[in-house]
Formats: sequence, C-alpha cells, structure tokens
Amino acid sequence: MLSQLGEDGKLLAGGQSLIPLMKLRFANPKHLVDLNFVSGTSYIKEEKGTLRFGALTRHAEIEYSATVAKVPILHDCASGIADVQVRNRGTIGGSLAEADPSGDWATVLSTLETTIRCIGKKGERTIPLGKFITDAYTTALAREEIVSEVVVTVPSQGSGGAYLGFKRSAPVYPTASAAVQLTLDGDICKDVAIALGCVGLTAIKATDAESALRGQKINEKTSNAAAEAARSAADPQPDMRGSAEYKRMLVGSLVKRAIELAVRRARGEQIEVSHIYA
Amino acid sequence: MPKAAVKAKKSAKPKKAAEPTIATVPISVKVNGRPYSLAIEPRMLLVEFLREALDLTGTHVGCDTTYCGACTVLLNGASVKSCTVFAVQADGAEITTVEGLERDGQLAPIQKAFGDCYGLQCGYCTPGLMLSTYQLLSRNKQPADKDIRKAIAGNTCRCTGYQNIFKAIQVAAQSLKGA
Repeated sequence: MLSQLGEDGKLLAGGQSLIPLMKLRFANPKHLVDLNFVSGTSYIKEEKGTLRFGALTRHAEIEYSATVAKVPILHDCASGIADVQVRNRGTIGGSLAEADPSGDWATVLSTLETTIRCIGKKGERTIPLGKFITDAYTTALAREEIVSEVVVTVPSQGSGGAYLGFKRSAPVYPTASAAVQLTLDGDICKDVAIALGCVGLTAIKATDAESALRGQKINEKTSNAAAEAARSAADPQPDMRGSAEYKRMLVGSLVKRAIELAVRRARGEQIEVSHIYA
Repeated sequence: MPKAAVKAKKSAKPKKAAEPTIATVPISVKVNGRPYSLAIEPRMLLVEFLREALDLTGTHVGCDTTYCGACTVLLNGASVKSCTVFAVQADGAEITTVEGLERDGQLAPIQKAFGDCYGLQCGYCTPGLMLSTYQLLSRNKQPADKDIRKAIAGNTCRCTGYQNIFKAIQVAAQSLKGA
C-alpha cells in the first residue's frame, strides 16, 4: 500500500503524535494506513534472554506487564509516558518510528541492547537502535518499510536501571530526562549506560559520563563527575520548557538521581520510580 | 467602482469554493450499548462523531490538542482522548460515553459521588474525569492516593477544583467496593 501511495501515504499507529501534528498542519498526509487493524502486532514475549515487543504494543500493556516488571527501567518508561489515555493508545513502535527528540522510549532503550526489526518489500532486516534513529524525526526506515518488532536484551543479574524525567505536567513531554542502567560487582561499577533525553536532536549517549563511573566505586565524587560529564554532553535547545542552560543543569541532576536509584535497584531493592513534576 | 463592473459581478453565478469531495466510509459502532451504522468522512475525529453525528454532547472538546482530557471516552474498555482518535478507527468498537454511565435512569455510583462531594465547579471537565475514574476503578478497586493522582493526570480541571474531585473518586471507590 505504501508503495502505491508514495509520498502521500503515512502510517498511523497509536496516533498520539501524528494526529496532533496533523491538526497543526505540521503533517499533511493525503492517505493514512491504519496499522491498528493488523492482527498479531501487539504482544510482549520473553525469549532466550530477550523481551520482544510487537510494534503496536501499547504503552499501557507494557506498564501492566509482569514480564516487563523484571526490567524496572522499562516499567519506569512505560508508566511515565504522558497520561493514562495516551498510554492506552500510543505504541512503542510508533514512538520509535516517529523519533521525536523528546520521546521517552528512544532514551530508555539506548541504555539497553535494543534492536529494531523492520519489514519491507525487500524483506526483513534488523537495525540496532543506535543506527535506527539517525536525526530528529528521522529514522533509517525506507519508504516502504515498517517496524515490526522491538527486541530488548534483558540485563544480567546484578544490573539495575532507572529512568527519570522532569515534567511540568503529565500530558507534556519532559523538560529533560535521564536513563541509567548499571551493573555492579560488589561496590564497583562493572558496566554502565547513560542516555539523556530532550536535550538534543536525538537521545544522547553520555559516553564520558559512563567513563566517569565504569570501573569505579560509585560515590558522591564519581556521581558528580558523571553528572558534570552529562551536562557537557547535552546539547539542548531553548524553548518554552526552559533555556538551554537550565536544561543542561537539570539533566545533570537527573543523571545523578538516576544513578542513585539504579544502584539501589542493582542491589536488589524494590523501588517505585516516577517522574518529578514541577 | 464602475457600474459595469458591479453588474458583471452580480450577474456572474456565485462561485462555490472548490471543496474537495471526500468519499465517506461506512462504520458500525456500539455506543453505550446501542448500535449505529453511519457513513462518515475518514478525517472525522471520534469526538466530532459522538457530538455531531450521534448528538451525544456529554463528551466535551476542551483543548483539541490531546492535553486536557475533557473528551475522554472508553474505547473497547480503554480510556482514550476522543479528539485524538479518528472515528473510522472505532469501526467495530464498543464505546462508552458519560451518557452510558447511568443505569435505568439512576445515577451510577461515580456520578453520584461527584455530585455528593461537589466534585465539579463549572462541570466542563466532569464527563472526562468520570470516565477516567471509571477506568481507574475497573483496574484497581482500592486505589491509593497516588494511584488516584496518576489516574487523573490526563484530565485538566480549569477551575482547579481538584480537592473535591479527589474526594469524589475516593467515595466512588468506597461505594463500588461492595458492588
């Protein structure tokens, strides 16, 4: 269908971004192909150390999934997106394919090993998330290609993660957000992934912040160093949510808090994490 | 203006703006238990369909930007903002609007609680809030305070009368516990 419609066709998943964009005339497709009527596209499967999400799996299904609860950072993400109504409708595949710089999934999944399965006329291919989102609102998807599945490797034992956003109210995007997934070996941080949301054209992997923690004891000093490195890695745009400098300060603080929460979870503590509301 | 020009304008046939003709699409839905089959434009939003095609004006349009939740309805049991769903997407679905909460002319416990607790001021956001309450209590019979806050985070009361809305939801939860 997409090849017939050419430039005029657009895919409609949950519609929680596309429909508002159409109302604003930012998107003006002549034809929409509604994926919601395609069966077998919404599921959560645990398979050989991975979680597989059908592209049309709604945020709410992920929020309430007992399987997903084993990877707390995924639950943080799903349960913190907008509000109940949007989570009931919006989908993980749609969020990634839209590649909004403020989208939550791309930030969180950047800290886990994530691949995107895509199906097109030429067959199927698997793209690592880091190569899937190439720019703001831009992905590696070909015109006649769609996301079919999101595959996430379940972190090992002793790994803990947390996702934290700062929001003015539930239905809006965060002003800034931070995702941290780390693995402890005793007191030492064996491995860590840190991603920043809403402070760049795509989610930013804060590799210098990761280096500040990797192989180190996690304490006030190393956490501060990671937060500082995250501030340097951020490339925020000033907008109605705040100035660039404000967002830069904010994202460092979020990283620091997310590290604390991730450490507690890595040590086996069960804690509920929710976004901070202004 | 020269007279000739005026005359020419008058005699010219009134030109209609070239409106693109949009093919309609037939849909069948069940709203509050009642089946409807209609042909509608594919661009019609679910909230417009409910209000304008079915005359069910209890569902309100607050912001039309997926923010305020005044247009909240249940689509196959899940609360959605009906300003952010196309009506054609509801084909084959069951929809519950605020008009569908009452039973045999009696207010439902949620409606009664909102009345008893003065859980409304101007009332504009109330239908959406009651459906968000319905969604909450269908998933969680004994919501903690934080659950209630989270459940109505997508519903804006512009009068900011949240205290009594909150009380109303607690009372509704109590009265539904025995049910």
